[in-house]
Amino acid sequence: MIQAFSRRAGRSVLNFFREMGSFSILFVRILGSSGGVFKNRRLILEQMVRIGVDSLPLITVMSIFTGAVSAWQAAYQFKGILPGASTYDFLGAAVSAAILIELSPVLTGIVISGRTGASIAAELGTMKVTEQIDALETLAIDPVRFLAVPRFTAGWTMLPVLVVYSYWIAHLGACAVAYFQLGISVHNFFNSVQQYFLVRNVYSGLIKSAVFGGGTAVIGCSVGFGTEGGAEGVGFSTIKAFVISAAYILVADFILATILF
Amino acid sequence: MIEIQGVKKKFEGKWVLDGVDLSIRKGDTLVIVGKSGCGKTVLLKSMIGLIQPEHGKILIDGKDIIGLRHRELYRIRKKFGMLFQGAALFDSMTVEENVGLPLMEHTRLSSAEVSRKVSEKLELVGLPGIEDKKPAELSGGMRKRVGLARALMMEPEIVLYDEPTTGLDPVTSVKINELIAEMNDRLKVTSIAVTHDMHSAFKIGRRIAMLHSGKVVFDGTVREFQKSKDPLVQGFLEYQRQEI
Repeated sequence: MIQAFSRRAGRSVLNFFREMGSFSILFVRILGSSGGVFKNRRLILEQMVRIGVDSLPLITVMSIFTGAVSAWQAAYQFKGILPGASTYDFLGAAVSAAILIELSPVLTGIVISGRTGASIAAELGTMKVTEQIDALETLAIDPVRFLAVPRFTAGWTMLPVLVVYSYWIAHLGACAVAYFQLGISVHNFFNSVQQYFLVRNVYSGLIKSAVFGGGTAVIGCSVGFGTEGGAEGVGFSTIKAFVISAAYILVADFILATILF
Repeated sequence: MIEIQGVKKKFEGKWVLDGVDLSIRKGDTLVIVGKSGCGKTVLLKSMIGLIQPEHGKILIDGKDIIGLRHRELYRIRKKFGMLFQGAALFDSMTVEENVGLPLMEHTRLSSAEVSRKVSEKLELVGLPGIEDKKPAELSGGMRKRVGLARALMMEPEIVLYDEPTTGLDPVTSVKINELIAEMNDRLKVTSIAVTHDMHSAFKIGRRIAMLHSGKVVFDGTVREFQKSKDPLVQGFLEYQRQEI
């Protein structure tokens, strides 16, 4: 039994390092092929629309409720600690800092890993099992340059854009709760936001989101390129890409937090 | 033109190709036959560098492609066109984008010029006027024809066909075989096809090589193949008759 457990654990560790190795190799190949960005401009724009514009409805819903619930929870937390009037002074600042540093970048990253990372893996996985990737190779077209570079470029550039959009919508959601439920005026709410606003909070969130976006695209592409078998293999790759991307975002978030703050 | 010397390829501990030797001259029309799973497609994909054998040499115009760097391999691949078993058309693109892709990627032709050449090639394979259709809107036979038009787009010296009639009804299979034979005669390219369909092999091939247990066990003309007394060839033809 111990032997079987050790074997399984050993296999898992090997698989982990194999996956990390394939992500790293693909990342290096993407960087090496990025010289063809101009040639890829149409493909990059297509991916920017898919990752960015097409994700707006989902990001809108996610952000508005993230802002709303964080305002509600912050007000609840302040109740026992701060006297009533002080809640007015600090609510905007507290909610804003949470949105800028953590909530918008991480939640947008996870939503995009579910929506885009998984769809990249499914799309490239289907291309792999139907020999479309082999067809590209036979046409002397590098699949990394043609498929992975546009997705990676769109991922790391569009996630910060989505996060900026999410910042605005989440602040509006929080303000709506503050105004309608807690009786805090719009002026007071944004005055509090402005008073404790730090530019560093914004750019750290944007740096994080670029890392999340690029990483999610690399993971989706790598898992997609490695797909084997038929429909079952594609389904397995889709789940795998989402799970790995979500875990990657949480780990990367911690590492970046220790570096940026 | 293509020299295959002692090529060996292993999958999951089993040698699928176990020392294949084959020589293909310019202008040859070779059909590689053998039972399903005998390694025909592996051999075909090895010729274009999609699969890397463990041993041996594959010389294309004297240059060994095994272990070659990507850039060098892509340069050699421009000599090839390949028709895949399922046509392998890009789902997200229209027929025009599929067929025109190699030109868009490797030449500086204008969009209008590419469109004109795409229309020419579609006419050549008997499918004019379908430029705006998506692959999902096409029948199996039409997809193969579009795949062939794409394979011929860069005017290749060598065309590879992977099971060109698999999955098609008998009438469409006959049409595809006739089209391939016509292309070979008109374009004077070197053609290599793998198939287990002997009707297809006799229609499109001038020379036949048979794979068995990872080795070439017969290499000769169609007539020599049909008259061969070799028990492996006889067994294969008998197996084919039973399949029909």
